[in-house]
Amino acid sequence: MEHALAALCGVFFTVSIYMLLSRSLIRMLLGITILGNGVNLMIFTVGRLTREVPPIVPDGLVQPATDIANPLPQALILTAIVIGFALFSFLLVLTYRAYEELDADNTDTMRLAEPENPPSPPLSY
Amino acid sequence: MASDQDFSLLLTALAPFLAAFVAPLVVRFVGRYAGWVLGIVPAAIFIYLAGLTGFVSDVRPLAAAYPWADGFEFSFYLDGLSLVFGLLISGIGTFIVIYSGGYLAGHPHLGRFMSFILMFMGSMMGLVMSDSVITLFVFWELTSITSFLLIGFDHARQASRRAAMQALVITGGGGLALLAGLILLGYTAGSWNVSDMLNAPGLFEGDAAGLYLPILLLVLAGAFTKSAQVPFHFWLPNAMEAPTPVSAYLHSATMVKAGVYLLARLHPVLGDTVEWNTILPVFGGVTLLTGSILALRQTDMKQMLAYTTMGSLGMLVMLIGVGTEAAMLGAILFLIAHSFYKGGLFMIVGTLDHETGTRDITRLSGLFSKMPVSGVSAILAAVAMAGFLFTVGFYGKEEIYKIITSGNPMDVLVVLVAIVGNALMLVVGVAIAVKPFFGPAIETPLSPHEGPPSLIVGSLILGILGIGGGLMVVEFGDYFAIPAAQAMLGETIEGHLHSLLDFAYLNWALLTLSAITWGLGLFVFFFLDQTRALLRRVAEVWRWGPDQGFDQAMFGLLRGSARVTHFLHHGRLELYLILIFVLLAAATIGPLYGPPILADLAAFFTGTESQALYPLMWFGLSELTFYEWAIILIALLGLLAVVIGRTRLVAIVSLGIQGFAVALIFMLFGAPDLSFTQFMVETLSVVILALVMTRLHLDQRDSRVLEEVVRDGGIAVLAGLGMTMAILSVLSHPLDLRLSEFFEQTSVAVAHGHNIVNVILVDYRALDTLGEISVVMTAGIAILALIRIRTGGPKLGIGVPKKAGTGGSSRKSASARKSASTRSKSRAKSGKATA
Repeated sequence: MEHALAALCGVFFTVSIYMLLSRSLIRMLLGITILGNGVNLMIFTVGRLTREVPPIVPDGLVQPATDIANPLPQALILTAIVIGFALFSFLLVLTYRAYEELDADNTDTMRLAEPENPPSPPLSY
Repeated sequence: MASDQDFSLLLTALAPFLAAFVAPLVVRFVGRYAGWVLGIVPAAIFIYLAGLTGFVSDVRPLAAAYPWADGFEFSFYLDGLSLVFGLLISGIGTFIVIYSGGYLAGHPHLGRFMSFILMFMGSMMGLVMSDSVITLFVFWELTSITSFLLIGFDHARQASRRAAMQALVITGGGGLALLAGLILLGYTAGSWNVSDMLNAPGLFEGDAAGLYLPILLLVLAGAFTKSAQVPFHFWLPNAMEAPTPVSAYLHSATMVKAGVYLLARLHPVLGDTVEWNTILPVFGGVTLLTGSILALRQTDMKQMLAYTTMGSLGMLVMLIGVGTEAAMLGAILFLIAHSFYKGGLFMIVGTLDHETGTRDITRLSGLFSKMPVSGVSAILAAVAMAGFLFTVGFYGKEEIYKIITSGNPMDVLVVLVAIVGNALMLVVGVAIAVKPFFGPAIETPLSPHEGPPSLIVGSLILGILGIGGGLMVVEFGDYFAIPAAQAMLGETIEGHLHSLLDFAYLNWALLTLSAITWGLGLFVFFFLDQTRALLRRVAEVWRWGPDQGFDQAMFGLLRGSARVTHFLHHGRLELYLILIFVLLAAATIGPLYGPPILADLAAFFTGTESQALYPLMWFGLSELTFYEWAIILIALLGLLAVVIGRTRLVAIVSLGIQGFAVALIFMLFGAPDLSFTQFMVETLSVVILALVMTRLHLDQRDSRVLEEVVRDGGIAVLAGLGMTMAILSVLSHPLDLRLSEFFEQTSVAVAHGHNIVNVILVDYRALDTLGEISVVMTAGIAILALIRIRTGGPKLGIGVPKKAGTGGSSRKSASARKSASTRSKSRAKSGKATA
């Protein structure tokens, strides 16, 4: 079953990369969110899958009695989800502000830092 | 391993550096006497080296070595050649330090200047006493750097900056070539020490024969750039932008002779070959003629001296190239004499400049009565420069002219070039001694008077030495010149210098050649103005030279780098991203499937069986239950809708669908914590997105044209495929579960928590979680700032703000977002508490 999820991860990556390559900021934002989900799913998959047994030690026991899901990738992903959300929020506001100030959501028209025809360097010592 | 004697040898190179550290303090405390105080350091070195004279020339070279990196050592070595250079550097250095104190008296950066000069002195001492070629290279580069600092000392002027940069680029570039040459030489010889190379005869026989020419050319590139040989000469006249003490010390007496020193030092190793005996005399001869002719064109006395310095360096390179006994002895005598009179003449010109306000030779006249000591020094120096009877220069010249006795046509040519060069340089020397001091007095910018003692003592003593050394030529030769020439030649030389008064040894033929030199020189001197006018007319026609070429090269470099930067940093985001994702696809697919697929293709064409592609075919699909299938389908549908969605509502909803699908997958595979968080985050994302989207308009459709869709889609599919393959590849290897098992076993026992994931987050990796919270908090603050910048901060001034006064609701959504983040964090903790 890991193989099926590996293929699903591939689809997540494909879609997110396709969205990132569009020059529209909003679509790129969607792409970033999907990329985050794809990466989380990937970490989850390579940590191997166990059906329906959460990594919780039952009351009264010191160690889990049965095979449980691998807790390590879950801890990593939990952190990644929250940070991914912070990133999403920040990028969204950044996009919104850029759209307001520059009246554009196309990256090709946002050339303030790297202008089309940069000034040539001063030719002196 | 190092005895007391050895350590003091190291100290001669180290002491100037130590003095350089305290120089600014000394200047602050003793003010105008700083030159006299700091001069003690080089004077002490001089006395120490002078005390070793008999020992080194009669007994044996001194050596000292200190371990450095693995396989390298700082090894020092003092023989006749090093001693002569060491004495010149420390002796002239003493006068220069004293002179600098007077010349730059009251200058706000005198301390810095003294520091640079002393650092240079230490580098130069280290250079001439290095045994290891690596040590030599380190000091070689240090002299380039200190020279850069000194030429650019007056950094407010563009001409200074240009000259400094030019000197650094030329000598530094040569230094790189030299490094390559020295490393090749070290590997060929099997030792980094020059003293070992000298004792390894037949270094370039057999296998190493092919390495000789590359090594020679690389070393020559270093030496020729440093010693200003044509076509690398132009930096030297430009270096006259430096204060005059620097010109006197670095650019006539010492640093520019480093290249000559290197050639002299390596002559026994690399010399006596057809290449050596051809390349060096040709470059040296051309430099000698170019320098001495261009010197006549100038009216600035510093420029005149700079060009004759260049000519003298050419002479030395030419003589080392000839490489016979007479040539070597002539070279070392000429070098010593040149250091004396050229250092002195520069100091005199500096004094004239300092006291009269100009150094244009046509604007100075009749100063002898006002500046008698300088006048006498100038005459002594000019006599030495002309090589008149009884001077060191005279004996050097006689030795040089002795080369002609071999009868070799090449040697005859060398002597002819030397005669012309000597004659023209004589013109400059005599002009500087006569024109400013004799004739009718004329008005100068400052009212002239004799300089203070610090400005006149050095040139006077150097002038006297130039004559005195000649009067005691036999002793002078035995102690200094002959040991040095032996080191240059690598063979023993019988003492054959005889005083001019020793009539038995008088060679009338050589004396005739000297007389021709003087006659030719004096003849040109009387027509100096006409000659100068003629040369200036030539210069007006022939404008282009390597100096202009340097500008073109530097500006070309600037333009070229701007073009490369613009090409790589074109500012189109999607192209940057395409590059990244193409590389991602290549990096994932290439190593995994590249070679097998190539083998597969080969197998196809050769008609054999192939089995490379089988791992692609198996996904274990039958293992999934129907509801797992359903969730995967939902995720796929969500993703598809994101791609083709045309309205913002579809985009928002489909984003939510794929996110919830992921949450369900987490749920089904034993990760309820992840599932809760994912649900919450996706819900919040959708809500926030919906809020912001009401103010943002999404283009109805993707702006990409069909070609771009195909291109981007192709890249995306390849990269996705690559990632899938990478995951499959990881899955085909066994998983290392040690860490997970550790957490499972210790979670309750040690950390007292039953929810293992939460225990990991808040206990084992608590610091990571703290960092994570900080990230969320920082993002919240940044969001707040971004939204507030419109009302409080200045306008960016680009484009027209589309809608004004929409801050209120955005701010609300930001604070909602922030509290949401905090909530999602506190959940991890409550999870532990409930467990």
